[in-house]
Amino acid sequence: MLKTITQKPDSFLVRILRQDGPGKKSYWQRFRVPYEADMNAISVLQKIAEIATTVEGEKVAPVVWECNCLEEVCGACTMLIGGRVRQACTALVDHLLADNPAEIELRPMTKFPVIRDLLVNRSRIFASLEKIKAWVPVDSYLDMGSGLRQSQEVQQLAYQYSKCMSCGCCMEACPQFLKIELVRKPGETEDRFRAREHTANMRSFMGAHAIAQVELFNTNPIGAMTAFERLEALTAEGGIQTCGNAQNCVKVCPKDIPLTTAIGREGRAATIHMLRKWFDR
Amino acid sequence: MIVGGGLAGLAAAMKLAELECDVGLMSLLPVKRAHSACAQGGINSVNNLTQQLGDNEWKHFDDTVYGGDFLQHQPPVKELAYWAPKIIDLMDRMGVTFNRTPEGFRDQRRFGGTLYRRTAFAGATTGQQLLYTLDEQVRRWEVGGKVTKFEFWDFLGPVLDDAGRCRGCVGQDMVTMEIHALPCDAVILASGGNGLLFGRSTNSMACTGAAVSRAYQAGVHYANPEFVQVHPTAIPGADKLRLISESARGEGGRIWVPKKPQDPRQPNDIPENERYYFLEDRYPAYGNLVPRDIATREIFKVCLQEGLSVQQDRPCVYLDVSQLPREMLDRKLSGILEIYEKFQGVDPRVTAMKIFPAVHYTMGGLWCDYERDAEGGLVHGSPRNQQTNVPGIYAIGECDYQFHGANRLGANSLVACIFSGLTVAPGVMAYLDNLPAGGRAADQPSSLFEQAAYKHLADYKALLARPADGPNPYSLHLELGALMTKTATVVRHNPELAAALGKIDELAEQVNVSAVVDKSNWSNQNVVFVRALKDMIPMAKAIVKGALQRDECRGAHFKPEFTVPDVTATEPVQRRRQAEDWCDRFEANNKKWLKTTIADCTAEGGVNLSYEDVDTSLIPPRPRLYGVVGGQVIEEVWKERRKKMMNAE
Repeated sequence: MLKTITQKPDSFLVRILRQDGPGKKSYWQRFRVPYEADMNAISVLQKIAEIATTVEGEKVAPVVWECNCLEEVCGACTMLIGGRVRQACTALVDHLLADNPAEIELRPMTKFPVIRDLLVNRSRIFASLEKIKAWVPVDSYLDMGSGLRQSQEVQQLAYQYSKCMSCGCCMEACPQFLKIELVRKPGETEDRFRAREHTANMRSFMGAHAIAQVELFNTNPIGAMTAFERLEALTAEGGIQTCGNAQNCVKVCPKDIPLTTAIGREGRAATIHMLRKWFDR
Repeated sequence: MIVGGGLAGLAAAMKLAELECDVGLMSLLPVKRAHSACAQGGINSVNNLTQQLGDNEWKHFDDTVYGGDFLQHQPPVKELAYWAPKIIDLMDRMGVTFNRTPEGFRDQRRFGGTLYRRTAFAGATTGQQLLYTLDEQVRRWEVGGKVTKFEFWDFLGPVLDDAGRCRGCVGQDMVTMEIHALPCDAVILASGGNGLLFGRSTNSMACTGAAVSRAYQAGVHYANPEFVQVHPTAIPGADKLRLISESARGEGGRIWVPKKPQDPRQPNDIPENERYYFLEDRYPAYGNLVPRDIATREIFKVCLQEGLSVQQDRPCVYLDVSQLPREMLDRKLSGILEIYEKFQGVDPRVTAMKIFPAVHYTMGGLWCDYERDAEGGLVHGSPRNQQTNVPGIYAIGECDYQFHGANRLGANSLVACIFSGLTVAPGVMAYLDNLPAGGRAADQPSSLFEQAAYKHLADYKALLARPADGPNPYSLHLELGALMTKTATVVRHNPELAAALGKIDELAEQVNVSAVVDKSNWSNQNVVFVRALKDMIPMAKAIVKGALQRDECRGAHFKPEFTVPDVTATEPVQRRRQAEDWCDRFEANNKKWLKTTIADCTAEGGVNLSYEDVDTSLIPPRPRLYGVVGGQVIEEVWKERRKKMMNAE
């Protein structure tokens, strides 16, 4: 059970690390937010958008951030809250104030380039899903009957991995996952810049989430038919060999996905894959 | 160009790509984060198991139209019911982690408005699992070069030529704030519902309804605006009302209140005989699984009229799964139980949950067409299927009005989203094939697109230039939401609805001059919000006026003034007469109101309503008698009448 406050304050302080755009300097701003029951970090940001005035009385633009479902199934609202990477929607104010009654601190993730304020560019997450071919390669979308039968045990294992919402927590916590921030060159078109970014993303470390997705698709009976291709990606540049086994990923995963189990299993699969390739030469 | 990347949009994208169409996919956020992820309970279809208990596709069709109070055109619904089993098979093949029986078959649970266990599910995050599977398939086509995503883009409106045909759309990149007119031969709207109109709802933050409103303002009909589903069971919250799926009841969860008003004891300490299981008591056949509109009204009544709310200061009832086996709860419902635990700090496996109804689903939507075949289903591949009244604009998923009538049954939305997405694809291909030579978007003069982009750019610049000290748009949104929730949800009264129309006009004046504090031309969410708020106004008017004019009760639309009295007499002759009266009124009412409401937006943002007959040729309308007092005798009388009618024919 998490700590919670016993005495409800009238208001509380929120400190936010802001940044006006890529490459701009970041700066802190503080806001005083009136306390209401059942608040979370999202309703705090909504309140700040409404107030849009700092404690110094300066009128400022509402804070920019990403969110959607507000019930921790979409993965959009990941940020650093009191220094910990997590979803803003499940960060309840009563718990945050119990940890630190002085203030609530919100910062953007540090492993992804800041677009503005708390909004970061996480296209790299989706690029890694491309890289490992994270899909079941069905022949067509015509009616071919049902999928294969499977045991409850197999389904429950797969479900653990398929709950991954690509939120980025595991990457933020990983010491081997380093930030890539490209700057648009003078005269470079938006499309060219995005293409260059995509290439860089595809070569960089894929992170724990992608390794777990390899486990998901390589254990699916149809996905297993193309396991070779995923193992190729897994052992290529930016693959599983980059993992330093720090095991931070599994501690911060909001969905309790057994990431280190997947890394262990896929590490063995990768070794066998390499050996087989070597002997088959 | 597909606008919206939830289940419907993704299903359409992958099917169109398979048919070798070049597809654009525009979405407010990465499509993997779409609101479909919030769907919990499951997806309906007839299956091997239910068939052996007497179920068939026709019964799924029948349950859907009966649950929807006969307000849907029947051919698309029939087609849906017959396709549903194939859709689940396809999703299964693509790797959706459906729960399994010990023998390895897909497991099924029971949902509201049916007596069969038709609902396949993946834990209590079925929508998320289906969404991810479609997202994966679309990524495959993206890598293959057939799909181009426009993520973090806001749809600003369609581009129509002089003849009124859609030639493309205008969108804004919400990172760079650049506005582009994108030529395309067809636009498919798949942008979901408009729950944010009601302030807090079970909907995600992207569900502003803005894209739909922009199409509506550009001339697309909006059908049945007044039909808004309020889900019976949600957790109250400061930022949103979080859904607790119907599957909690499908797996055996029970709704109750203490018989003693505001009994101070913990729910576990209240003995069985001091609990009032009011749904089971009032609806013996369906129990806790009556259709949503009925469950919602009963919870409202118990809390607000009968004074039996669990808490004094806040209306709520217990939803109790604590009596069910823990292993089963963890295997089948952990997704929703974790949500309750995370947000309320109480473990629902041990203690009953406190819940209350919340706005949930938009049954109304963009009007769209279909082509009926001789058997009463759809002509497969007809360009008319899902096409709106504006040539080249299609609507699918929650943002169309096609499948759910006056009330949607649980677990029917996921199947309708995927079905409409898959079915629109061959129709769009036929539409493209039928375009005359030189009739492609690429053949249009560039001035058409330049002008459209210029108009939206000017609007954007005007918004940016607004003073920072005008009325607060975020407060205005809350005000609009409170007004809509109070007047246009569970119980509706004409004087309140009429007054609300006036209040919306007042709010509109404020919204039109509301403050824009952020002056940045980079990732400006402030402008995007103010623009969406502005576009909520015409939709709000359509909802309220639609509700005001419809003087009857049908599905989710409930006006106490127009209820038909129950059959209460005990003396047989009198009882019979009351039932005859009931049926007379039912028939007269259907003559007048068994009609689709069609809303058209006027140049000033007002609304014109007209009505269209509903195709009920396959299943004749009959009284919706879940739990009506005297239902049996009404049914007898009704059956005799039907027989006479059939003989006369």
